[in-house]
Amino acid sequence: MSTTTATEKTSRIERAGRLQSRLSDPGYRWLLLVVAGVFGALLLAILIALVLQARPALVHDGLGLITSTRWDPVHAHYGALSMVVGTLITTAIALVLAVPLGLGTAVALATYVPRRLRTPLSVLVELLAAVPSVVFGLWGLLVVAPWFAGSLEPWLKSAFGFLGIFNGTPIGIGVLLAGVILAIMILPTMAAISRDVIIAIPRDQREGASALGATSWQVVSGVVLPSARSGILGAGVLAAGRAMGETIAVTMVIGNTDSIPHSLLGQGQTMASLIANEFTEATEPFHLSSLIAVGLLLLVISALVNGGARLMVRSIARSAPGVGVL
Amino acid sequence: MSSPSLDPGGGRDFEGSFGASDPILSRRAEVQRTAASQLVRRKVTSRVAVFLCRASLVAALVPLVAVLAYTIRRGVSAWSVAFFTHLPTPAGIAGGGVSNAIIGTLIIDFFAALMAVPLGVGVGLFLSQSNGKVAYVLRFGADVLAGIPSIVIGIFAYAVLVVTLKHFSAIAGSFGLAVIMLPTVTRASEVAIRGVPRDVTEAGLALGGHRAHVARRVVLPAALPGVLTGVLLGIARAAGETAPLLFTAIGSQFTSYNVLHPMAAMPLIVYFDGIQAYPDLQKAAWGTALALIVIVFVLSVGGRVLSSRVRRSVG
Amino acid sequence: MSDQPVITEQVARQQEPITLTAPARRDSGLMATAMSHEVDDSAKVMRLQSLGVRFGDKLAVRDVSFDVLENCVVALIGPSGSGKTTVLRALNRLHDLTPGSKVEGQVHLGEVDIYGGDLDATMLRSRVGMVFQRPNPFPTMNIYQNVVSGLRFAGVTRKALLDEAAEAALVAAGLWESVRFRLKAPATSLSGGEQQRMCIARALAVEPQVLLMDEPTSALDPAATARIEELLSELRERVAIVIVTHNMQQAARVSQRCAFMLMGADRAGELIEFGPTDQLFNHPSDQRTADYIDGRFG
Repeated sequence: MSTTTATEKTSRIERAGRLQSRLSDPGYRWLLLVVAGVFGALLLAILIALVLQARPALVHDGLGLITSTRWDPVHAHYGALSMVVGTLITTAIALVLAVPLGLGTAVALATYVPRRLRTPLSVLVELLAAVPSVVFGLWGLLVVAPWFAGSLEPWLKSAFGFLGIFNGTPIGIGVLLAGVILAIMILPTMAAISRDVIIAIPRDQREGASALGATSWQVVSGVVLPSARSGILGAGVLAAGRAMGETIAVTMVIGNTDSIPHSLLGQGQTMASLIANEFTEATEPFHLSSLIAVGLLLLVISALVNGGARLMVRSIARSAPGVGVL
Repeated sequence: MSSPSLDPGGGRDFEGSFGASDPILSRRAEVQRTAASQLVRRKVTSRVAVFLCRASLVAALVPLVAVLAYTIRRGVSAWSVAFFTHLPTPAGIAGGGVSNAIIGTLIIDFFAALMAVPLGVGVGLFLSQSNGKVAYVLRFGADVLAGIPSIVIGIFAYAVLVVTLKHFSAIAGSFGLAVIMLPTVTRASEVAIRGVPRDVTEAGLALGGHRAHVARRVVLPAALPGVLTGVLLGIARAAGETAPLLFTAIGSQFTSYNVLHPMAAMPLIVYFDGIQAYPDLQKAAWGTALALIVIVFVLSVGGRVLSSRVRRSVG
Repeated sequence: MSDQPVITEQVARQQEPITLTAPARRDSGLMATAMSHEVDDSAKVMRLQSLGVRFGDKLAVRDVSFDVLENCVVALIGPSGSGKTTVLRALNRLHDLTPGSKVEGQVHLGEVDIYGGDLDATMLRSRVGMVFQRPNPFPTMNIYQNVVSGLRFAGVTRKALLDEAAEAALVAAGLWESVRFRLKAPATSLSGGEQQRMCIARALAVEPQVLLMDEPTSALDPAATARIEELLSELRERVAIVIVTHNMQQAARVSQRCAFMLMGADRAGELIEFGPTDQLFNHPSDQRTADYIDGRFG
């Protein structure tokens, strides 16, 4: 009976094959190539679409778009330097917090947790990346900001006020909160990629160091981390790229002030939050196209940063698809 | 200690053939002395470093617990039958809900998947079959695409579908979400198809099928669980995105099934209501946020479970 | 005495580098001469007493006892799976790195039981060094940094000592002349054989009392293998050596004492016979040893 079934199957396939004979091998490859080409064209399309929409502003604002801090739609003067600075400040705060913590987490996951706990804990860390940005924004605005205003920021002001970066009234929302929320959001990226890079360091390197009398930490700091240097750097750059482009959470907690803050307790604006805030109400001349021009700037920066990071990390392809961390 | 003659026989200059022991012994003694005196410092440093690393791990998990705890606590109190079945009411008036947003999210995400999945699987299939320069460039491009800020994708969707159609629409939002989903689905499909054991593919080809046919009838079904994982994860990612919807679907007070017009969506509720000063609007935001988290987590965890179950069965 | 290098060459030339089937006994005359180096019996550097190793609830090695004397090369021989490497790794507490492992019995380095709790594992490893099967230079360090890495781990910072130890170690490993002018070159720029000799130098730089070698030549070509074997006879002047080898001829060539191990019925390795090399090869007391030497199994 099994022979009959096999024969039946074979003849069915043969018949189907004849029907498909028009789709010969080269034709199939061509079709796939077209499909892939469409995909490749998408990136180009994004660039072109943005350039086209932004052109009026690029002509009108000129270089002032990135050199002037005066963002004044009423008088049709568009300088986005404050937003660029805002992006840089919040990203810097996020990196200062997330890189050490992420690296420490990665080392812990790779080396200092029991084997069987490694996957569950890693999944938990990556779950942080699955939380939607808007939920972080909501939590940041309604839960963390009051705490910042009431406890953390006054303390920072009294303990470190001499540094001069904690001036002003603590109202909770501002660049510091935005930086902290960003740090939480990019930490999984930093940790997961670094962890993969560290785990990839061959075991005989570690054993060799141990056999020479290195302590547990000396093995990591003397041998493992130096070998993982470029991958970790790539992870950091990737995390920075994510921080620069993050929009919603930042918009909800940064205070939306179109000027460069003079202290970490101050409010500000990033390129992304500017667009989110003003886009649907941009009725002034050149307002919308200026916003899109800022978007173009954001696109170029993030593409460069991400591309550079990928070259450093050389696509440590995770065999199982993650929860969208990468 | 015996002192044998060494006769190198080849002129290898062993450092002072007969006095060799003295420098060795003195170096050994000094090394041991130094090591002994440094031991405590090294061990303490190691302990502290290990502790700090473990503490980082805990610190990384604290925000996760905090976000989830607060969202659950404040969101659950917003949940009610009315919440899921009624339309939003103006601030201050009780009995409102987010039914339009739930429906809207389902519709928008459905169309996003409809656009992204066939393209993503197709490209994934292509990438799985080739290792050449083109494939490398494409993979690199996918990674770059994945890193583009979602607000920029939103602008792109606006430029392509809102400007041309001359009004805001849900389908423009779907388009934006599709672009965001694409790298995830592509990558997962490529990995899943690559993971199909060679002998399955070869058996299909040996039975006389053309490549296209083998692909469709043999390889894709075998890769299906992995592809499905990618789809689930992609939807999970897209479902939580707000920025691409801000100037495409833009939200609505009403229930709509017309994709060519604005539509409500859950992330937009969280965003718009969350920044309002009215407590019941904030409550609605928490409730919606919780529902969003449930959806995203179920999809993400489900996707992961599916992929690990597949890996286990394939062995 | 001065014949020794010549005879070693002859012996080496006559025997194939690998197989276990070439009966060593046929060359017993030459072997006896080669093995005529006397070893000072009174100085026991390491003593193993009923050493056992367990991974989880699986016993890997049972009840191994032998002594490592000063200026002596002890070869651990036996077929795959007989537990030779497991025994070796117990001697520098490398099993501490494997969770779930448990070591039974006693291993004495001099007067101290290394598992007794009085000696810290990192201190132990500055006295008992190890060379691995595949050369494992640290890729981000240059040759000099690699060689002094053990000293640096121990906390040595005095440059003069580092330089002196590095030179002495590289000389002892037979590498000094070829690398003395390119110490800053990346360690990975060396050939395989050179890398392994660099690893030997790295292990020697801390001036250990014992050097453990886990099949150090199995990943090398015959020429490199021969060079390292030549080294061993000189090295044993400064360190006792315990070498695991799959290659019986190598064991016969380089060692003064031999320990033959075999996997028992319960899949745990055990020591069958231990004694002077020429005795083990020419007049083994256990039939199983004789069978192995004759190549009847393994």
